[in-house]
Amino acid sequence: MELIKLSGIIIVIIGFALKKDSILIILSAAIVTALVGGLGVVGLLETLGTSFVANRSMAIFILIMLVTGTLERNGLKEAAANLIGKVKRASPGMVIGLYGIMRGIFAAFNVSFGGVAGFVRPIIMPMATGAVEATGRDINEEHLEQIKGMSSGMENISWFFGQVLFIGGAGGLLVQSTLASLGYNVELIDLVKVEIPIGIFAIFITIVYYFLKDKKLRKKYYGDGVERGE
Amino acid sequence: MGFFTDPEILIGAKLLEVLYMIIGLVTIYTGVKNGMDEKNPSRTGTAIFWCSLGIVLAFGRLIPPIINGIIIIIMTIPSILNKVKVGKQNAPTQEEMEKSYDKIGMKIFIPALAIGVFAIIFALFTDMGALVGVGAGVFASIVILMIFSPNNKPGVFLRDSERLLSTVGPLSMLPMLLASLGAIFTAAGVGEVIASLVGNIIPQGNVNIGIIVYALGMMLFSMIMGNAFAAITVMTVGIGAPFVLAYGANPVVIGMVGLTAGYCGTLCTPMAANFNIVPVAMLEMKDRMGVIKNQIVPAGIIMIFQIVYMILLK
Repeated sequence: MELIKLSGIIIVIIGFALKKDSILIILSAAIVTALVGGLGVVGLLETLGTSFVANRSMAIFILIMLVTGTLERNGLKEAAANLIGKVKRASPGMVIGLYGIMRGIFAAFNVSFGGVAGFVRPIIMPMATGAVEATGRDINEEHLEQIKGMSSGMENISWFFGQVLFIGGAGGLLVQSTLASLGYNVELIDLVKVEIPIGIFAIFITIVYYFLKDKKLRKKYYGDGVERGE
Repeated sequence: MGFFTDPEILIGAKLLEVLYMIIGLVTIYTGVKNGMDEKNPSRTGTAIFWCSLGIVLAFGRLIPPIINGIIIIIMTIPSILNKVKVGKQNAPTQEEMEKSYDKIGMKIFIPALAIGVFAIIFALFTDMGALVGVGAGVFASIVILMIFSPNNKPGVFLRDSERLLSTVGPLSMLPMLLASLGAIFTAAGVGEVIASLVGNIIPQGNVNIGIIVYALGMMLFSMIMGNAFAAITVMTVGIGAPFVLAYGANPVVIGMVGLTAGYCGTLCTPMAANFNIVPVAMLEMKDRMGVIKNQIVPAGIIMIFQIVYMILLK
């Protein structure tokens, strides 16, 4: 019965899907796989110990935390708000797109400004809606809903596809160690290089899509009046 | 200390070991600080978690593997029992951050970008490796911040890192534990079993079909698990290695783009609540799926681009 070796994978899939404690899932899957795979208790502990020590590179984020918090304390978020605040009279689609570029570039340096709660809500949303309100109209409720959705989407996509360009990000390190356990040794810098066209394409295509979507929505809800602003 | 004086071992490997010791000591500090913190509702559990993690990070190379394995099991217990908590935190006030911004201004971007710049320089122009570059960048960033303001004393950096580490908590160990799980899957021969199963469906030897199945599998598994990191371990061992890499495809392209194929799945699922559901609440949106609906079209286009890219560059 070779199939029983897959129990660990089943545990991972079902465990995550049912939102069980992540560490409990991984530990159970490790124990079950080691026992049914014939590693035994000693084999389990030795494999766990060896691979954890071999993967200490993934703890590099703790070293980076030595400055992350202090950067925040010294006004990083305020500087970022000021940087994007220099843009005046832009349409919602343009504000979202510019934020996407800024977030993508900083993500490649592993720098974040506080997420949806810390940055999108207090800084990006007022900028995006301000352009519509500047023409003397109240923002349409459905348009506002879509601006919120697009801002969050831009936030996520720029971060996901920007951060893979940071050498030493968790994604690249996990790929490196997964490949190493299969006998393929790869360099972090090569993993980053391969991702550059993908990162640029992903952020670019999202900006274009949101820009066009916003343009269509403005036409639908406010007629042509707002268009003149561009 | 033979490791550090051995001339056979590269200077990069030695420096990296020094960085791991610093990382371990910061982690042990987090454990000790919380263990003595009366404001922490679970002092013992929190201290056990961070101290055992710190010991493996700092000194794991000197400890026999089986002992490391036991310490890691001990580490997971308080986490599973939900006994790792946050204590008293000294977060910066809005006033403090604005006052600092008035003083430092846009120059704050210099230390913020230093880490990434150093990582690139070290990766391209030295043989010490990107991670030693990250360490050098962190050091440079600390020095620049200290020059900017006399308030940035060494203790401030240490306390701020403890604050962030405690906030992200045990879940920050997820990638490391998943990588270890991948190693256990490989050691137990899980890959071979999946390969023989899937081999009945996918024709062996057709790398392009293998790539498509691997990429779509990454997307689908990430959607089900809400997490591309968990998916990449399982999918690469089960599909990526036997059906794509075994036929000579480039592991750099397949592994890395496989991960970002998984990210496209993460964009399309309510299982990834942190990214897709929490913002709905924070922005007071009406439609619970409002963020996901705005991500499906870009995710689909990016997915197609990635599959073509993998096939062309394999």
